[in-house]
Amino acid sequence: MGVEGIGASVARKEDKRFLTGKGRYTDDMSVPGMKYAFFVRSPYAHARIKSIDMSAAKDMPGVIGILEGKQLQADAIGNIICGWMIHSKDGSPMKMGAWRPLAHETVRYVGDAVAIVVADSLGEARDAAEAVVVDYEVLPAVTEAVKALEAGQPQLHPEAPNNLIFDWQLGDGVAADTAIAEAAHVTEITLRNNRLAPNPMEPRATLGIYDSAEDHYTCYTTSQNPHVARLVMSAFYNVAPENKLRVIAPDVGGGFGSKIYIYPEEIVCLWASKKTGVPVKWTCDRTEAFLTDAHGRDHVSTVKMAFDKDNRITGLKVDTIANLGAYMSLFSSAVPTYLYATLLSGQYAIPAIHANVRTVYTNTVPVDAYRGAGRPEATYLLERTMETAARELGVSPAELRRKNFVRTFPYQTPVIMNYDAGDYEASLEAAMASADWNGFAARKAEAAGRGKKRGIGMSCYIEACGIAPSAAVGSLGAGVGLWESAEVRVNAVGTIEVMTGSHSHGQGHETTFAQLVADRLGIPIDNVNIVHGDTDKVQMGMGTYGSRSGAVGMSAVVKALDKVEAKAKKIAAHLMEADESDIVIENGELKVAGTDKALPWFQVALAAYTAHNLPAGMEPGLKEGAFYDPSNFTFPAGCYICEVEVDPETGVTEIVQFVAADDFGNIINPMIVEGQVHGGIAQGIGQALLENVQYDPQNGQLITASYMDYAMPRADDLPSFKLSHQNTPCPSNPLGIKGCGEAGAIGSPPALINAITDAIGNNNLTMPATPQKVWAALNAAN
Amino acid sequence: MAKVKMTVNGRQVGSDCEDRTLLVHFLRENLALTGTHVGCDTTQCGACVVHMDGRSVKSCTILAAQAAGSTILTIEGLAANGELHPVQAAFKANHGLQCGFCTPGMVMTAVDMIRRHGANLDEATVRSELDGNICRCTGYHNIVKSILAAAAEMAGAQQAAE
Repeated sequence: MGVEGIGASVARKEDKRFLTGKGRYTDDMSVPGMKYAFFVRSPYAHARIKSIDMSAAKDMPGVIGILEGKQLQADAIGNIICGWMIHSKDGSPMKMGAWRPLAHETVRYVGDAVAIVVADSLGEARDAAEAVVVDYEVLPAVTEAVKALEAGQPQLHPEAPNNLIFDWQLGDGVAADTAIAEAAHVTEITLRNNRLAPNPMEPRATLGIYDSAEDHYTCYTTSQNPHVARLVMSAFYNVAPENKLRVIAPDVGGGFGSKIYIYPEEIVCLWASKKTGVPVKWTCDRTEAFLTDAHGRDHVSTVKMAFDKDNRITGLKVDTIANLGAYMSLFSSAVPTYLYATLLSGQYAIPAIHANVRTVYTNTVPVDAYRGAGRPEATYLLERTMETAARELGVSPAELRRKNFVRTFPYQTPVIMNYDAGDYEASLEAAMASADWNGFAARKAEAAGRGKKRGIGMSCYIEACGIAPSAAVGSLGAGVGLWESAEVRVNAVGTIEVMTGSHSHGQGHETTFAQLVADRLGIPIDNVNIVHGDTDKVQMGMGTYGSRSGAVGMSAVVKALDKVEAKAKKIAAHLMEADESDIVIENGELKVAGTDKALPWFQVALAAYTAHNLPAGMEPGLKEGAFYDPSNFTFPAGCYICEVEVDPETGVTEIVQFVAADDFGNIINPMIVEGQVHGGIAQGIGQALLENVQYDPQNGQLITASYMDYAMPRADDLPSFKLSHQNTPCPSNPLGIKGCGEAGAIGSPPALINAITDAIGNNNLTMPATPQKVWAALNAAN
Repeated sequence: MAKVKMTVNGRQVGSDCEDRTLLVHFLRENLALTGTHVGCDTTQCGACVVHMDGRSVKSCTILAAQAAGSTILTIEGLAANGELHPVQAAFKANHGLQCGFCTPGMVMTAVDMIRRHGANLDEATVRSELDGNICRCTGYHNIVKSILAAAAEMAGAQQAAE
């Protein structure tokens, strides 16, 4: 490793612009003639639109245009779709109800968009929106998935009787039932995985620009995957063909999944720009974000885990009901199925697994992938069950896990996944040593002396990242392939631009991708620019989510670099009259191995472009592209340990230490990887302790629609974290990377809840473990 | 509509704005200083923190008209002569930022925090002082580290100068 190569904690190239206020986010964009949009949204969770009266609003100051859903439909703009087909166990396809970008017959959640107002200023657009009179016939609403399945509940979509979207299963039900029937012990638990709002700090925004002279659209947007946005808006929403639509996702202020999807606002602002003849910018306010950004999680599950007399797990049976909200968002169907049930083996050898998943419409905003997406739900379920089982069986939680770890690789689980590499014992040992597990009893006694209840809990997680082999996901219903592309452009002076289909919205790709190039060629990272986020600059890509940028995006860069290096070596061999196989690239030079002959990198690049003296038949130039399609998922894993003190008087939980021991495979930039883990853990602690999306079950109003009602983790809610890595390289990609973006959010919630339930002696506790709940559970136990 | 004048980053500025215009919108829309961000509607997130007459304020909670005649420092004005301010440098060295959206507010808050506490800052104080600034990316771990490092660095520099 060089000082800037793979494995170095290089400070980020992109930081200076963010630190000096020179970042360029979508809302910072301004173009001549630009006007402002405000959306008229449903104040009801479920209603029929009887009429929309714009007459007063149209005459308000500054108003340029007000557009509604009927016009959108007349212009043949398509419905928003879910891109992953799931079939129920009876073979029937999932029941996709129509989601119109602007509702014109029925609204199905508070915040459902009804009309767009375009005006000279945001204030004028907002004022006029208030003057749009929508006459609603209010209908009864249902917000909870379990209730929505019951007879006699409000029905959201005619396509989906009883609000059931699909009833799906994975694994062998008979084998799991048999294991449970024959078990020496069965642990049963019912768990709720609470609903969360992703809350990237940058609210969503979009700027739609229609150029009538060129009949061309430009869309600036807060997207994790601008190419997917262009593809979907062209192929399905009929906004414009791909060659007439440029999508730019400039600096994007966090995503966590919520900026994967193509929302109504992007579509409507592009269309409105054409209709009104002006560029149209919309920026979400925070309450609007709570109302309209896709939420995450919201599962209710029952679990049965069977053990033999030696405490080995013999079977697992899971029944889950997942709330998908009012409409099916882009990847919503994949989250509680192939991103969830396929991880139910965890780190354990479980011979028989069966999962049944029902997904349900409710009068809430759509639910889709949020950091971890399915894998936190699986991990929470398994790790709370393991901890519960250990308590019931009277064995230490570490011993129960050790006894059941997968220890030989590759390991085929009964739920599709084939684990390629790992060392779960190593992470467990490291975490226990770091947390001084053996000293806990003394600390607990000391805390008791101060009147505090001290508890410790662990969680051993596994996730599937590096999403994903295209043929495999295609066979499971995905509408797209999940490869990644890269192009390495060597300039005539030897500097390099790398075009990547990955998108950085905080992950630091401009640094880590440059480190890879620096490592390969021995040139400074300053000579390498990473270009992303613009469909005019990068031909195609699948974007960033599912911890895929390192494992998939960088692997595409490796493939392109292989080609660039091969051509550069041919040129160097020709110029130095050496054999191509003797050329090595080191420290910015192409050398003839075993001699003192060398050419600097820039000279070979220049030779490629002057083309005065190239090998016979070689094309000029030095630029290569590649598509990389992974051969397997990657499997990051680790062990998290949390230690808490509960104040029995108030129920307040203090996290006194948090330890993470992770296996991410090879690491490009340890500092950036650690930052990803810190952020993930904070979101996991947020889920376990603080955060909860709460709708009023009577009328579907969102109660937690601001930072005064939705408890975001703040600095004084969290400790500093103790991290370590026990890395086993991933065998399926050239860099051995597994991915690190989601682990923290996956591993941490069960560790924290296991610690609190240990402290209070009552396992009956739901997330978020607010002081009120903890106090009540503590007192119920006593 | 009224003309509002103030000093921003050492420059006298004046611009017509509606009475309801917030300082943050005046900075972003009228002066094109887009480094100051809007992350919420309820004075909770702190992405909009600037300095007004030397003290940190949330610019989403002050009318532009209230800031008339005052001296405003935004993130764009913090680095002097192209050199990062020690707090900016510490955020870079300690990976105290990821997506960068909360960063301007974090940095401006940190500069004010260090001004008031100097070398006496400890982790608990930093965490408590950051109560009005939300970050969703970093888990605050490296933000706290950055601020403590900057406080130590600045105290050291001050000592050396004395």
